[in-house]
Amino acid sequence: MRKSVLILGAGSDVARALARELAQAGYDLQLAGRKVEELAKDARDLEIRFGIQSRALYFDALDLDTHQSFYEALKPRPMGVVAAFGLLGEEDLARHNQQEWLRIIHTNYTGCVSILTIAANNLEQSGEGFIVGISSVAGDRGRAANYVYGSAKAGLSAFLSGLRNRLHKRGVRVITVKPGFIKTKMTRELDLPPRLTASPEEAATDIFRAISKRKDVIYTRWIWRWIMLVIRNIPERVFKRLSI
Amino acid sequence: MVIANWNSYPRIEANLWDFRAEAEALELLHKLDSCIPRGMGRSYGDCSLASHIISTPGFNRFISLDQEQGILECEAGTSLKDILRVILPLGWFLPVTPGTKYITLGGAIASDVHGKNHHIHGAFGSHVHSLRMLTPQGEVITCSREQNPEVFSAVCGGMGLVGLILSARIRLMPIHSVYIRQKTIPAGSLDQLMELFELNEDCTYSVAWMDCLSRGQNPGLFMLGEHCTAKEAPDRNLSPPERAGLSIPGHLPGWVLSRAALKAFNSLYYTRGRANAGYSFQDLESFFYPLDRVQHWNRLYGSKGFLQYQFVLPKEDSRPGLKRILDHINSFGLPPYLAVLKLLGSQKGLLSFPMRGYTLALDFPMKPGLTALLNTLDQLVHDLGGRVYLAKDARMNQNSFIRGYPENRRFLEIKHGLDPDNKMTSLQSKRLGLCAKAY
Ligand SMILES: Cc1cc2nc3c(=O)[nH]c(=O)nc-3n(C[C@H](O)[C@H](O)[C@H](O)COP(=O)(O)OP(=O)(O)OC[C@H]3O[C@@H](n4cnc5c(N)ncnc54)[C@H](O)[C@@H]3O)c2cc1C
Ligand SMILES: NC(=O)c1ccc[n+]([C@@H]2O[C@H](COP(=O)([O-])OP(=O)(O)OC[C@H]3O[C@@H](n4cnc5c(N)ncnc54)[C@H](OP(=O)(O)O)[C@@H]3O)[C@@H](O)[C@H]2O)c1
Repeated sequence: MRKSVLILGAGSDVARALARELAQAGYDLQLAGRKVEELAKDARDLEIRFGIQSRALYFDALDLDTHQSFYEALKPRPMGVVAAFGLLGEEDLARHNQQEWLRIIHTNYTGCVSILTIAANNLEQSGEGFIVGISSVAGDRGRAANYVYGSAKAGLSAFLSGLRNRLHKRGVRVITVKPGFIKTKMTRELDLPPRLTASPEEAATDIFRAISKRKDVIYTRWIWRWIMLVIRNIPERVFKRLSI
Repeated sequence: MVIANWNSYPRIEANLWDFRAEAEALELLHKLDSCIPRGMGRSYGDCSLASHIISTPGFNRFISLDQEQGILECEAGTSLKDILRVILPLGWFLPVTPGTKYITLGGAIASDVHGKNHHIHGAFGSHVHSLRMLTPQGEVITCSREQNPEVFSAVCGGMGLVGLILSARIRLMPIHSVYIRQKTIPAGSLDQLMELFELNEDCTYSVAWMDCLSRGQNPGLFMLGEHCTAKEAPDRNLSPPERAGLSIPGHLPGWVLSRAALKAFNSLYYTRGRANAGYSFQDLESFFYPLDRVQHWNRLYGSKGFLQYQFVLPKEDSRPGLKRILDHINSFGLPPYLAVLKLLGSQKGLLSFPMRGYTLALDFPMKPGLTALLNTLDQLVHDLGGRVYLAKDARMNQNSFIRGYPENRRFLEIKHGLDPDNKMTSLQSKRLGLCAKAY
């Protein structure tokens, strides 16, 4: 039987690069997101390039009520699910605007919990498969620059950790990905330090390796594991004075 | 960021904008007052350089592939390398390919590139069935030999100056093996090389490497190639064997070291060629892309970079013309490190480079006096009715350009219609006066 992977937020630059890695390894792909027209072009590209089967599906992480029926309609049922969608949002706006902070939290946390809970229950029954959640180093410690986003990612990291703990005995693997900086649409306006910044392709290779090598939590680039180790260990009374 | 094309000259500070969907490309064109498309920067010079560069390699999806008819449609940033990966195992090949597969589909069309089979199959544009282009005014148009033929003739070879090519549909060439039956003939002089070209005009692929370091006769190697039939081929494989390549780690520091390394690099190809004299089987990779095996070989020239000077002379005047030019180079004492000779066929296209006659491509390291030498060569080439290849140009002046490309007026009229505000402008187009308002 051919193995199918569902990618949620498949228009993300990281997700697109990951789709090519997965397709090259022979997985069929279901690409889900809001810009279905673009995703249909991606699907066609993957079919021609790698001789796999692929299609595009409409999915909105914020539309929680649709998640159950969305998942039930999937054909075939995926053996792997990747949640790549995310929203950095505008932190300044979020300080004053309820809609903005809700949007950030719901996209990065609530939406992810919603769809991955459904996926987890489903995979648990089949007794195999994997779930990849893309969290962020921003969830490892809250910073003034993006703490609403960071807190949502922190929630997501904790959720994924618990899910891993629950599903481990059932043969389903859960992989938490914590990117540092990646040069994508999300960070287009930011000036990122080249040494600490991965390309989407590089991040995708790391994620693909984590899937094949049965890793639990990865940082990409790997150096971020050590950077965050240091940052997490800065005493709060010092940290609160820093602007990093 | 600091950016340069393959020959590392000029090196400029520029903003690179990439896009992954048509809508994003349109946004960019609206946002930027002046810009130029850039593929993989495999041109030698400044044709894809400007303060604002629209970088295409992220826009690289396959759109459709008709496996029966051999018709492929891709987005313009798709590399020939990716295309070959998909089509070779299906028994198809590119009808025209330059000496590297690290270029984009858009770059191949915009420079109307030629291969070793130009005298038989023409330039890349001849195999473009149709293409879609985003005009500088933000309109998407389709053009081909039937639809908007005027625009089509300006886009092929148009150096990105009439708009951003979005996608193209090209005709592929069927093959039955990934092998080329190559015949290598050592020749003692330029005369002999030219004779060999003329004797072998019905062969599909032909090219010659000339030695300019040893003074006097210009000995060389003449190479012919034909696709093998399935029966002739040493094996049935339709994917060329993967080989581990070399990579030049960084710009080599000392000039002396670079010179020695370069000589070694070039003589490697000669020695290998000589050893292969007579018939041999070469897979497509080693026949068409021998240089691709050494990643970043351009770094051998050091951080100052190098210039490639590629010109073509009309066939009638080629023999005395080439001699005059080579004599002049010799007397000047700045020998090129690499010289590739080829007999081209005739070619339509407003700014396309090829014409019926001999083309010579010369790689020169940056050295004092090189500008003076090349200025004189410009004079000689254009006095003889020839022209210089825009994809290899970083320094020619407007006057030479106008002499070499008599259809430039017609080109500018079409550019004026599509781009009255000269949004598409490169360092090269400024230098050559290729802007619509001038006319
Ligand atoms: C080792 C080597 C061997 C080569 N051999 C040959 C050869 O045998 N024959 C030959 O003809 N050439 C040869 N070339 C030159 C090369 O094929 C051309 O310069 C080609 O145009 C490079 O394509 P690119 O994608 O890198 O584009 P770039 O170098 O980035 O750009 C080239 C031109 O194309 C335009 N352009 C690029 N994309 C688009 C687009 N989407 N829409 C509109 N305009 C666009 C740019 O504005 C620019 O004017 C060789 C180069 C190298 C390095
Ligand atoms: N880039 C970084 O430096 C970085 C760092 C740490 C973590 N991350 C995380 O990495 C993941 C991938 O992001 P990226 O960098 O590749 O950025 P990206 O290209 O901007 O991708 C984000 C994607 O999320 C999708 N999305 C947003 N809201 C959605 C919703 N309600 N429903 C469905 N899809 C939605 C977007 O889809 P539309 O196209 O429809 O808007 C977009 O394709 C994200 O989870 C991000 O938080 C990125």
